[in-house]
Formats: sequence, C-alpha cells, structure tokens
Amino acid sequence: MQRTKFFLGGALILAAVVYLIFSSTKASAEYFMTVDEVKAEGASAVGKSLRLSGAVLGDTIQYDADTLTLTFEVAHVSGDNNEIEAEGGLAKVLNEAVNDPTRQRITVVYVGPKPDLLRGEAQAIMTGKLGADGIFYADELLLKCPTKYEQAVPDQASGS
Amino acid sequence: MFAEFGYGILVVTFLVALYSIIAAIYGATNKSASLVESARRAMLLTFPLITIAAISLIYLLVNDHYEVSFVYEVTSRSMPTYLKITAWWGGQAGSLLFWSFLLSAFASAVTLRKWDRDIEFLPWVIVVCSVTLMFFLGLVIFYENPFTRFWAVGGNVEPHMFAPLNATLFTADDGRGLNPLLRHPGMIIHPPMLYLGFVSFVIPYAFAMAALITGRTDDRWIRLTRRWSLWAWLFLSFGLVLGGRWAYDVLGWGGYWGWDPVEIAAFMPWLTGTAFLHSVMIQEKRGLLKHWNMILVILTYALVIFGTFLTRSGVLSSVHAFANSPIGPLFMAFVATTFIVSIALLIWRWPELRSETEMKSMLSREALFLLNNLLFMSILVVCFWGVIFPLISELFTGQKVTVGPPFYERATAPLFSALLFLMAVAPLSAWGHSTVQTLGRSMWKSAVAAAAITITLFFTYTKTPGALLGFFLIAFILLVTFQEFWRGARARQKVQGENFFTALSRLMGRNRRRYGGYIIHISMALMAIGILGMESFQTSTQGALKQGEELNISGYTVKYRELASWDDKGKGVNFTRATMDIYRNGIYLGVLNPRIDYYYDSQQNMTIPGNRSTFRDDLYILLVDWQPATNMGATFKIFVNPLVNWLWIGSLVFLLGIIFAAWPDRDPAEEPARSQVSRNAGHTSAAD
Repeated sequence: MQRTKFFLGGALILAAVVYLIFSSTKASAEYFMTVDEVKAEGASAVGKSLRLSGAVLGDTIQYDADTLTLTFEVAHVSGDNNEIEAEGGLAKVLNEAVNDPTRQRITVVYVGPKPDLLRGEAQAIMTGKLGADGIFYADELLLKCPTKYEQAVPDQASGS
Repeated sequence: MFAEFGYGILVVTFLVALYSIIAAIYGATNKSASLVESARRAMLLTFPLITIAAISLIYLLVNDHYEVSFVYEVTSRSMPTYLKITAWWGGQAGSLLFWSFLLSAFASAVTLRKWDRDIEFLPWVIVVCSVTLMFFLGLVIFYENPFTRFWAVGGNVEPHMFAPLNATLFTADDGRGLNPLLRHPGMIIHPPMLYLGFVSFVIPYAFAMAALITGRTDDRWIRLTRRWSLWAWLFLSFGLVLGGRWAYDVLGWGGYWGWDPVEIAAFMPWLTGTAFLHSVMIQEKRGLLKHWNMILVILTYALVIFGTFLTRSGVLSSVHAFANSPIGPLFMAFVATTFIVSIALLIWRWPELRSETEMKSMLSREALFLLNNLLFMSILVVCFWGVIFPLISELFTGQKVTVGPPFYERATAPLFSALLFLMAVAPLSAWGHSTVQTLGRSMWKSAVAAAAITITLFFTYTKTPGALLGFFLIAFILLVTFQEFWRGARARQKVQGENFFTALSRLMGRNRRRYGGYIIHISMALMAIGILGMESFQTSTQGALKQGEELNISGYTVKYRELASWDDKGKGVNFTRATMDIYRNGIYLGVLNPRIDYYYDSQQNMTIPGNRSTFRDDLYILLVDWQPATNMGATFKIFVNPLVNWLWIGSLVFLLGIIFAAWPDRDPAEEPARSQVSRNAGHTSAAD
C-alpha cells in the first residue's frame, strides 16, 4: 500500500529528528548558574558545562598580551531578569554587586583577544567549566554594558 | 513642534487604519462596493500619513533635537548626516515605526493592483494588513513612542510625550550616539532588508486568509502572491547574508554565524518561507497539499511577528538585544491571537481544501518536494527547540539549561546534507511517477563524475570523511544542474535550429521560475562550499610580536612591520592601525592593516580585521592589543578561513537567481492552467 509506505517514511524521519534533537541536546547542554550557585555546589560543579553570569570587577582585569590570557573577577548577580528589573534595572544591580564586598566572587580565566566591551560593571556571560582550583575557565565570553546603552535619561540630570 | 506634529499624525493614521478595518468588514458582509472602495482609500491614505510622521522623525534626528529621547538615544553631534538618517531604525521605537512604514507601503502597493475578478479578496486583504498595521502603530503610539521628549520636573528629568505640570522642556547637550558596532554599511542595510522580508510575507498571508474567509480555496491566492513571496524571500535571504557579512567584518571573532537566538529568530521564517515556495508548486501543478500550504503561510506570518519581537524586545540575551521593554507580552498576545484565529479559519474550511489527486509514487517530484518540506520543518523544529529549551527546562526542572552552537551544528548537519542530496535528485524526478530506474538513468553520469571529483579531493585536499561527503553532494548538485541546462538547451537547439546560447537564453526566459530555481540551487551549492570550508578547515594562531617578528599559519607568513595611532577629531575616533607584510610560500603578497577604532563618545572599541580574500582562503588578522610605550610590541590573532569567499559569491548568484525568477514575464496572463499540465504529467517527465 502506498499510504503505509508514506506513513512509514514520515515516521522514520520523525524518529530521526527526535533522535537528533535529544542526542544533541544531551551532548551540548550548558547549565545556567550564578556565582552563588557555583559556590554552593562546590566540587560537584567541577567539569560540567556551565553558563555563568556575573558583574565584572574593573580593578581585577589583567591581560597578559604575550599569552593572550585574560583574568578577572566577577561578583554575584541574580540570574533572573525579572528580579533584576525589580531591583531597579541591570545598571543598578551591576553597580551594587561591584561595590558590595560581601558578595561572593569568582575568578575567571579566558584565553583569547580581549573583548572590546570588557570593563568594570559590565555583565559577563561566560561559557566554560569550573576547574578543581575554583577558577572558572571560560571558552566564550559575552559582555553587556548597560550603563551606556540603557540609560534612558541624559547624564546632566543625575547630578542635580 | 515636529514632535507633537509627528505624534499627532501617527494617532490619525491609527484611526484611519481602524476605519479601514470597519469599513472593509462592513462592506464585505453587506456587499457594499462603495464601502469597500472607501476602505481601500483609507488603506492608501496610511502610507502618505506614516511617511509624513517618518519625515518628522528624520527631521528631528538630522537636526540634533536632543530634547527628544529617541534622538538622544541613537544619535550624537559627531555622527554624519547619513548615519543620523539611518539611526531611524537604530533603536526600538524607530524601528517599529519603520516596520509600520514598510507595511503601509506594501499594503498600498497591493491595494493599487487591478482587482477585476479577484475583488472579493480585497476587503479581507485590507483587514489583515490594517490589523497588523494597527498593532504596530499601537505599540508606537502607546508604548514605544519615538517622539517622547525630556521634561525637567522639580530637578528631575523625565521622558513624557506631553508636558507635565510645571515642567520645562529639557534639551541634552549631545546624544549618546549610535553604537559604533552598528555604524557599518552592512548594519545599515541589514535591518531594512530583514524588515522588508518580514513585512512582504504579510501579503501572501493576507491573501491566504482572504481565501479562507471567502471560500475561494483554489490556488488563486497562491498565483496572486507568488511574486510577493519571491521578493519577500529575496529580502529576507539578503538580510540574513548581510548580517553574516557584518559579523565577519566587524565582530572580530572570525565567523559569520553564531547561532545566536536573534539570528535564529530571523532564520525561522526563512525556513518556513522556503518550504512554502517549494510546496506551492505542488498545489499549482497537482492540486495537493492545500492544507499544508495554509499552515506554512500561517506559520511564516507568526514567525515573522515573533522574529520582530525577539529582535526588538530583549527577552534573550544576545549581541543584538536592546533594552528590556514592556512590549513583550503584547507581541506574544498578538502572535497567539492571530495564530489561533488563522488556524480556526483553516479548520472551518478544512473539507474544502482536500487534495484533488493522490500522491502515488515515493520518488515522484511531489513526494520529493514533500520530503524537502519535511526537512525544512525538521530544521525549524531543531531551531525552535534550541530557542525555547532554556524556558522548558526551567519550567520542568527548575534548572535553567541552554544549548549552544554545537547543538545546532550537530542536529542540523544531517538535515542540511539530506537537503543537498534532494537538491541534486529532485529536479530529475517527474511529476506523478518516477522509479529508481528512470532516476538512475538521468543521474548516473553526474554521480560518477562527482565521485571522481571527490576521489581527487581525497588525494589532494582533505581526508576528513564529513567534508568529503559534503564535497561529493556539492559536486553532484552542480553537475546535475548544469546537465539540466545543457539538456534543455540542446533539445531546443535541435527543434528550433537556434545556436546554443540563443536556445539557452530563450529556454530560460520561457521558464523563469524553473531556471531561476536552478540558479538558486547552484548558489546554494556554492554557499555550501564556503560553509563547509569554514566548518571543517578553519585554523587559527595567535601571538605577541615585536617589530619585525613573524607568525606562520597554513603556508602564510605574517610579518609585523609597524603600528600607528592617531585621532580623528571630527569623527571622535582614535585609530590604531598595524601594518603587516604578508607572504605565502616566500612570495610577497602585500600589506594588511588590522586596526582598533576607539569611539570617545561611547567609550567603546571596535576591532576591524585586516582581511585578504581569495577563492582558496581568507587570511583574517585581528589586532588584539599593543604596548604603546615600549618597542611597539603588539598581539595578533590570525585566522585562515578556507573557501569562505564562496559563501559571498554564492549569495550574489543567489540574488541573481531570485531576481531572474521573480522578474515580470512579458505576459503574466499566459500561465498554463494546471488541469492541462497534470493531464500530461505522466509523460512530460522532468521537462515540465
């Protein structure tokens, strides 16, 4: 029967796609974590693919141009966008995170060109793995700088 | 003045659109031609109105009106005039207005056509276009108003449209300026191209809905919108390619596509749109898959709105995301409502959309087209899964998990390979019925030649199995397609006694869609060469060099000559530029200048690669860092991107192919009727 043939063909494709999706998801899943969560999980977080976000501490940025090794520290910020909005927006949350010495911090090492947007109070979103030494080794580094691009009201106003 | 004026015009346009909806519905249900005509005129009026509002905004942008918050956000005094104009779509509020502008332009163009015997579609096309237009205008008027101004109220500055009590207008000294990353020519054309593509897909959708509502469920709506779909596809594709080119030239990571959620958001309507372009042919030729085409056009519309939402709302963190904004839920509500209404209409007309014939053979042209559709939909499902997976996993496990580029590469590679294989086989199959024997006879020569090429590549170029499979498929497509051109032209040459090139050009001119499609297949194969080269063979190296030192990579020698740094006061930019001497196997090739531009107003760097492109590979050098005080030492990252140029060459061929296919025929009325074609289909084989 033609109908069954078509049906079988369709089912086969469906099965293949489902297999592709699930096996690929499993192979490349990255866990979103905040600095607090990584600290809390401790040794069991070592070796997992993680996506970590945090506020960059400007004073800690070091770049060794000979080896292209970038080192900096990030402070804990919430991973929940709604929570960040409720606390007064990303710019404010990042600023507070950087100026709060009681926040948990984690050292990040990244090898590669120094990103153009890396500076203090930027939000760093890093993909990589936590080493046994407690340092986060990032393979990928994304940065968001809200101070310049989300500020809705001109600077002149904030002083008055 | 201009701000209030522009805003007032927008409100008027909103009301005009509302009137056109009411008049069109009332006119259609009461069979009042004069009311429908009135709705049509109202629709036509929206375009000049929005144009005036847009001109007001451009006037404010160009003349440094920093009391307007949108102008303050996207321009600065140091920007040249053309950038101030294009800043129109550099921010959220402006780009929503831009969307509305394009939609009213297209809707006007379509209502201006001669309707004659299709007049019953007209009111419903107006309704769909106006509802969409009203939604976007509503967002602009109530939530993302580009005409909002700053007001000083008791020592604070607040953005409002109209003056609050006791407030004085506040004018900032200078604007924040457009993000320097967005000041690249590719980035100036990329959003309008994507938007053109997005917006023009509204038209086929409007006709599809009109067909469902009026019950004219034959393929008339498809024939009427065929060119619209092609142009929409052209713009969307071109927009995607430009975005890739921009990433390659400006983002400085050595690639062109990062499976960023926003890229995927623009890619998803492209997938359904491409499937749609293929499957409408089956309906035209064979009267099959009518439900499916409706589903595809509804999905494309939903994905277009969803894509606009993703690129503009900042729900996903990505390089493209602007600020968070309140319009997200509204977009979701609009997508959900239109989707549910469309599907309800489809279910209502379901019995009338039955297929006229049955699919008989697994290897017939229509069955292979169906397979092509399934593959496109599978890629769509993979993409959609990747985008929503973080939300799903958070919902069910409480843990936010995401998937990165490896997921997409792994899951889509087999699907793309299968599509390449189909691209080679499907053009040779016949409508109605094909067998392994008939297919084998017409393709074995090409298959053998492609295998020979692959074996040659094995000994001379690469031993990677995946890459070899890719090259085999690419060679196969190219050979089969060229063979089709050759066979058609030879046949015509014999019958008509023309010379080969006359025969070829006449043959192509008479079958624009078919041969345009083949040109597009060729371009896809060329683009696949570039993607394969990049994915399989990209190499990179990096190092800190002193003057006169060198780095070696893939036969290239890159020697660091000097570094220069200077200010351009007029532009507010500091340039730092390295000069590199390039050799390949000892032969001097010239100089490359990677540089870093520092924008004082936004305190941001922009890394511009030095790039040398050949058909064989690209040498792509990034200046990473430098030590100004000492011996002018500097750090570089160097990529060799084999074959990537074919991606850009392929995209140019692609443009040619679509333009060729979409170009108006001399007499569009003379389309062969389907009944005639399908009666002959059994015998015509691939020559149809």
